[in-house]
Amino acid sequence: MKPEDKQDYLEEYEVFKKKGKPFFPYAVLKDSTMALIVVAVIIAMSLILGAEQGPKADPTSTTYVPRPEWYFFFLFEVLRVIKPPELVPIATVGIPTICMVLLLMLPFYDRGPERRPERRPIALIAGILTILAMGYLTYAGAVAGSPTQIDLKVAPQYEAGKEVVAGSGCLACHKIGENGNNGPGPELTHIASRIPRAAILRSVEIGPGIMPSFRELPPKKLNELADFLSSLN
Amino acid sequence: MPKLRVPKIPDSVVPAPLRKPAKPGQGGNGKGQAPQDLKTSPPERETHVQRLGNQAKEAPVDILAWVDQRTGASGFLTGMLYRKVPKGTNWFYTLGSATLFAFIVQAVTGVFLAMFYTPSATQAYASISHINNDVPLGQFVHGMHKWGASVMVILVFVHMGRTFFFGAYKYPRELNWVIGVVLLILTMTMAFTGYLLPFDQRSYWASIVGININGTGPVVGPYLSDFLRAGPELGATTLARFYAIHMLLVPGAIIALIGAHLYLVMKLGTTAPPWMKMDKPKVAASVAQLDAGVEGNGNGRVNGAGRSNGVHVDGDSAT
Repeated sequence: MKPEDKQDYLEEYEVFKKKGKPFFPYAVLKDSTMALIVVAVIIAMSLILGAEQGPKADPTSTTYVPRPEWYFFFLFEVLRVIKPPELVPIATVGIPTICMVLLLMLPFYDRGPERRPERRPIALIAGILTILAMGYLTYAGAVAGSPTQIDLKVAPQYEAGKEVVAGSGCLACHKIGENGNNGPGPELTHIASRIPRAAILRSVEIGPGIMPSFRELPPKKLNELADFLSSLN
Repeated sequence: MPKLRVPKIPDSVVPAPLRKPAKPGQGGNGKGQAPQDLKTSPPERETHVQRLGNQAKEAPVDILAWVDQRTGASGFLTGMLYRKVPKGTNWFYTLGSATLFAFIVQAVTGVFLAMFYTPSATQAYASISHINNDVPLGQFVHGMHKWGASVMVILVFVHMGRTFFFGAYKYPRELNWVIGVVLLILTMTMAFTGYLLPFDQRSYWASIVGININGTGPVVGPYLSDFLRAGPELGATTLARFYAIHMLLVPGAIIALIGAHLYLVMKLGTTAPPWMKMDKPKVAASVAQLDAGVEGNGNGRVNGAGRSNGVHVDGDSAT
């Protein structure tokens, strides 16, 4: 923005301001109305939706699927779009950091004097694409089911392990056959052909990357789980 | 860089000089004659009680004057309340104050929740049960805090969208945009740290994943996740740490930055909608007239291209 543009803007703004109305009571009235609406909406949501408690936090039982609150879905779902393990840091930290810096520095690289959106095509398109992307990711996060059933034929000795996997929230992030979400974790349909049983067990215990550790599961369950997963080849 | 003009407050809205308290015992008109309205009944000497009463009536004014002399608050308040908002200001401009109001709701409900909440891994869950089931209106206030968070996050994003599409982040309001983005990040930090506090299965496992996500960052990632977890496992220390961040650190920063944000809004003024420019006339019909007006105002130079806009811009008295 050139100095003349700045001067132009200030002068024009002064004119608009002179033609405007005093903050009190005109703007205050609108603001107060809006404030009342906000409080009314919050009260209505509290009355209708309540604040139910889930089951108590329990490190030894992972029946609850680890899902973030809905307003973090757009961040969480990036992990399902970018899945290769070596690229995970890009999805978890890289992209959000870049977006944050771009957002923070916006006034310093977009310095044109034009303010009308229809005359700022790049900004307009970038803004709309950002909204669409965030909307899509939030929607994808909202509809991602958290199945607790595995529809898969297995030999009888692996049934117990299948139940542990189904009941431990693994399907929130892993896909097994037609079950579960494809990401952020790798697909487990043929996991045994890629890594041996000991490595599967170690992964479950330490929780590599963003995966939680499941070492608090009872050893019997851990063994059943490892038996089942190492049968998938 | 050109200096920003500070608009002069019209005389009509400046408060009348602060009254001095009336001296006790001044009943008459000063000439030994009773005032007109007292002609029928004989003038009475003010009793001690009446004098005290009169003094008590003036007391609020005295106190206000006392405070005003020491703070200059009345000038500030008049300037704030009667400052002009630009032509075209519409409902889109209420999003910022709506966000502020959602924050106030969070602060007030949060204080009441804090009275009953115990930030301990063994008692947190039970204290939330107590709030929900035993405390009068407990679940209602808890629900307001829980859903107020969603409302506030939505409002922050919509307010930011409005600022973006209206180009309101441009000169001279760049710094306010930066403060706003920091406020957005702090709001998300509040959402993340608050999520663990109920200490149910959902919050426990989601927080583990959240902390692990922080841990994948290059260089600082592992340190950040260690700092958040405050130990090898998510547990009592983590909860205490999230509680302190959620209750003290981030709210303090948010309040300070909201103060800075509002200060800049008042200093620079809110923008006019960008489309207001459109009714600009072709060229310089009355540049001279405008020039004279603006110069008379001490407002500096007028750039050549006419933007008289059919508006007669004269001194500050034109309102």
